[in-house]
Amino acid sequence: MTTETMSNHDAHADEHEHHDAGGIKIFGFWVYLMSDLVIFGSLFATYAVLMKGTAGGPTGADIFELPLILISTFLLLFSSFTYGMAVLAMNANRVTQLKAWLGITFLLGAGFIGLELYEFQHLIHLGYGPDRSAFLSSFFTLVGTHGLHVFFGLVWLLVMLVQLQTKGLNDMTRPRIMCLSLFWHFLDIVWICVFSFVYLMGVL
Amino acid sequence: MFGKLSIDAIPFHDPIIMVVAVAMAIGGIALIGAITYFRKWKWLWTEWFTSVDHKKLGIMYFIVALVMLIRGFADAIMMRTQLAMASAGAEGYLPPDHYDQIFTAHGVIMIFFVAMPMVIGLMNLVVPLQIGARDVAYPFLNNLSFWLFAAGAILVNISLVVGEFAKTGWLAYAPLSGIEYSPGVGVDYWIWALQISGIGTTLTGINFFVTILKMRTKGMTMFRMPIFTWTSLCANVLIIASFPILTATIALLTLDRYFGMHFFTNDFGGNMMMYVNLIWAWGHPEVYILILPAFGVFSEVIATFARKRLFGYGTMVWATVAITILSFIVWLHHFFTMGAGANVNAFFGIMTMIIAIPTGVKVFNWLFTMFRGRLEFTSPVLWTLGFIITFTLGGMTGVMLAIPGANFVLHNSLFVIAHFHNVIIGGVLFGMLAGLTYWFPKAFGFTLNEKWGKRSFWCWLIGFYLAFMPLYVLSFFGAVRRMQSYDTAEWQPWMLLAWVGAVIILFGIICTVIQFYVSIRDRKQNQDVSGDPWDARTLEWSTSSPAPFYNFAHLPNVSGIDTFWAQKQAGAKTVSEGPYQDIHMPRNTVAGPIISLFALILGFALVWHIWWLAAVGAIGTFVSFLARVFNDDIDYYVPASEVERIEREHKERLEMQA
Amino acid sequence: MRRPHHLRVLGILLLLTLTLLLTGCSSELLDPMGQIGSEQRTLILTSFALMQIVVIPVIVMTLLFAWRYRRSNKDAAYHPEWAHNNWIEGIVWFIPCIIIIFLAGLTWYTSHSLDPHKPIADDPSEQMEIQAVSLDWKWLFIYPEQGIATVNEVAFPTDVPVRFRVSSGSVMNAFFIPTLGSQIYAMAGMDNDVHLIANHEGVYDGRSTNYSGAGFSGMTFDAIATSQEEFEAWVDEVRESDQTIDFPDGYNELAQPTEDHPVEYYSEVSPGMYEDIIRSFHTGSDDGDMHAGHGEAEDDHGDMPMSAEAAE
Repeated sequence: MTTETMSNHDAHADEHEHHDAGGIKIFGFWVYLMSDLVIFGSLFATYAVLMKGTAGGPTGADIFELPLILISTFLLLFSSFTYGMAVLAMNANRVTQLKAWLGITFLLGAGFIGLELYEFQHLIHLGYGPDRSAFLSSFFTLVGTHGLHVFFGLVWLLVMLVQLQTKGLNDMTRPRIMCLSLFWHFLDIVWICVFSFVYLMGVL
Repeated sequence: MFGKLSIDAIPFHDPIIMVVAVAMAIGGIALIGAITYFRKWKWLWTEWFTSVDHKKLGIMYFIVALVMLIRGFADAIMMRTQLAMASAGAEGYLPPDHYDQIFTAHGVIMIFFVAMPMVIGLMNLVVPLQIGARDVAYPFLNNLSFWLFAAGAILVNISLVVGEFAKTGWLAYAPLSGIEYSPGVGVDYWIWALQISGIGTTLTGINFFVTILKMRTKGMTMFRMPIFTWTSLCANVLIIASFPILTATIALLTLDRYFGMHFFTNDFGGNMMMYVNLIWAWGHPEVYILILPAFGVFSEVIATFARKRLFGYGTMVWATVAITILSFIVWLHHFFTMGAGANVNAFFGIMTMIIAIPTGVKVFNWLFTMFRGRLEFTSPVLWTLGFIITFTLGGMTGVMLAIPGANFVLHNSLFVIAHFHNVIIGGVLFGMLAGLTYWFPKAFGFTLNEKWGKRSFWCWLIGFYLAFMPLYVLSFFGAVRRMQSYDTAEWQPWMLLAWVGAVIILFGIICTVIQFYVSIRDRKQNQDVSGDPWDARTLEWSTSSPAPFYNFAHLPNVSGIDTFWAQKQAGAKTVSEGPYQDIHMPRNTVAGPIISLFALILGFALVWHIWWLAAVGAIGTFVSFLARVFNDDIDYYVPASEVERIEREHKERLEMQA
Repeated sequence: MRRPHHLRVLGILLLLTLTLLLTGCSSELLDPMGQIGSEQRTLILTSFALMQIVVIPVIVMTLLFAWRYRRSNKDAAYHPEWAHNNWIEGIVWFIPCIIIIFLAGLTWYTSHSLDPHKPIADDPSEQMEIQAVSLDWKWLFIYPEQGIATVNEVAFPTDVPVRFRVSSGSVMNAFFIPTLGSQIYAMAGMDNDVHLIANHEGVYDGRSTNYSGAGFSGMTFDAIATSQEEFEAWVDEVRESDQTIDFPDGYNELAQPTEDHPVEYYSEVSPGMYEDIIRSFHTGSDDGDMHAGHGEAEDDHGDMPMSAEAAE
């Protein structure tokens, strides 16, 4: 969540400089995403190792409710699409449209989080909390870490909406919206992995 | 109200800790008093704490590292003293409860809070100058990284007086580090100190990776970068790829301890072998994060003082890259004795040995850089020569450990201890002290005293061999690591010898302290006006010492390896000429220290389960970060006239000297 | 050119002293008392000697080059731009490669021949089995064939291959008798094993090598290698003890943390106790299949899942 840059180019090349600063920002954010990917990689590996460690508790097939997961998957996939629309609006300098698309993205993301919280709450209520078995620990942690990222994405969305309101679209907010876009799509990709690797394979 | 924290948490019963605590308190009060007396608070805050200048951050990293080195070394000499005493039934003066904290703290401090900040500090000081940049890619993040690291260091030091530190060994193997076997707060201190400083390290990795890739000056292609920059680049790649594994692993251990989860527990499907795998998947790259920049330092030092181009630049780069990649596929050699199959063990053993090839090539490249050169025996060169010999021996014992068949009897013995001190003292520490001496004038404008530097070197070298060769011998007698006492009386002479070695190393540290004192006292005589006291080769020496905050009045233009040297050889003018332009610079920021202060509060509150304070810390961290995000006033332009004034003063000094 | 000659002599002397130091004095690892240990000593010395091919020249060259090309020596050649030579660069890659190829072969071969899981005897009926369980902070040894158990003392006849099955009732430890060779980790819920043999009679030090907490330093035991007759006499002595141990009560009592625990003999032990201890860490799983083969000597370490994939 890098926000600071500066340029190494000559001061008089002002126009070029700011463009370049944004580029460095986005490149750095890519690098951050790669390191975040390593965290998810570690959690996926952990899940793979502990998947069988149910300690007499439920297995994935016992507790996963695919219809619900499918709904939340579509919410998240669709939110990636709406974010894409937001970026298109930004590139066309249509601030109101941009804000509207970001708002819709926020609602979809919030819906996703809501469903996840419901799922977690439901499982804990049944006595299948993360302290029940290694399998559940790793399940809650992997899915919850993704959820936590989405939550931070939502907070960031709010911040951007406020900044668009107060600062408008400028050299500061533009790269941030691009970075958030990368973040959001990245979470989508991670979710697709979670969905296929955890839920689909768990049920199969 | 205060969670698990009560007045009992302060170990009044332990006289050693109390004496240290009182000494620390007196020292702290004296320091604070002095700063207040000399009215330096404002200066400290505005010029240093909030600075985004990579050179100042580098210096601050080094200061913290040197202070923590003293703390870590105090642990070391206490351990050696204990083992010199606790023979054949004698209990020594440190009960297991205390001794176990000390060896854990020693390892954690030396790796995370001495070696890492030295490496990162040197990268900060040197890399932007070497690539001809005015600052790093993200100056604010750089400041934040430092303060997060400092918060971790402070947390470790708090654990000395309030509560306890982990009694688990520096990597806190589960299930020993789990809540069932370590119910105290020690492991929690370990967790939050490493987690907070580790996030800072990850940010540093991203920052310098982007800096090196994107901020190089005109003409500085990848294969014209100085070797230190190359090794830093590779170290940062390793940080980006490996520190997240540490973050994840510690987070899982945290969940086990705080929420009763079962990642690494004995029962309920937990798997402690996974902890060991994960922690070493970070841990092995970590040792290369430390050693690669040290290799870079030696490359710069040897080329400069041999007055000769570095031999085999290309092979040096490729060897570095090869080590970077290989370091990710060798982690299992830390636990051959876990019982994996022969094929798995053999694979990891052979992969480990293959690393010896590029490392060997590097050693030969340094040797052939000396060959037909004009080597000046300055203290950085002494460190380098000491390194080549010591590290070669350490590499040899490393290869022996990498043979599973031999590892089955050497593992966990003092052989391992001797080996990694062999490479970390002989490699990383020698490298960092060489780098400190070498780049000190660039940071402060005067050179360090050579006489005391050389004395320090000889003490460290002799002390090292005396302290650690006996451990190799002892390992053949079956002595293992982390023993608080032992029954075999025959081991004691060797332990005494090792103690003598540690005392000689102590003299080495004292020499360094004296070196600083004498050098600062005589700074007028040792002043370096030229900016290039060693007649060196790379860009950082082309600007004045200390470098102006904008580094270069004009960004240099590079046309090859060692361009600055080539310019000097050609007799070209290396001092900047007008006209000057406005320079775009980042503003100082209070965000870094404040965010980190809240992170420190958060960490402390979580250690002691003080939930309201944790909420304060978390919200404070978030809000102060948000305040930063909403702050637009983060940069400014240095007017050309100001640049001209600074450059003119530099030129006047040069003329006066001439 | 007298100086280089001196240095070479110095190097040879250094090598001699090191070899003497390593072979001359009597130590656990260099005077092993069993076949496994002997092979490991040979392996250590061979690899050490092999690496001297690089180590000694490097040390000699370092001192030689540094002295020869010192700043004050104006007689020595000086080529400030000489930084590349295909021959030298080829050789400095080639020599380490050759040595490592040789070492890799050695590694591959010995990783298999010295695999701790590999039985020493071809015929499994020739070996005896002893089960070792690490507790806080002592070793429990169970003799399934004899139906006895001991704490902090283990005995076995010489020249009989012993299969130690190793597990833990607490945190991770490692089972190690230095004079006999290989160590192996003891982990709760895991059935690990190491095959050792003693070829000479004696009382050898054994210990845990993997730090396990406050009482770790005292987690030592005596390993007694004796003749068959004396071993049987020892077994009889244990059988005469009036202490017995059962699972879970007696075991749980013993498992309480103690430091520097005295030697104890149990004349009777509840059958299958070792498996029971392992199973006590497998809450909820019907363990039947997990330890299906435990009665047989061919029992592989298949129930030791390695999480090698757990890294990036």
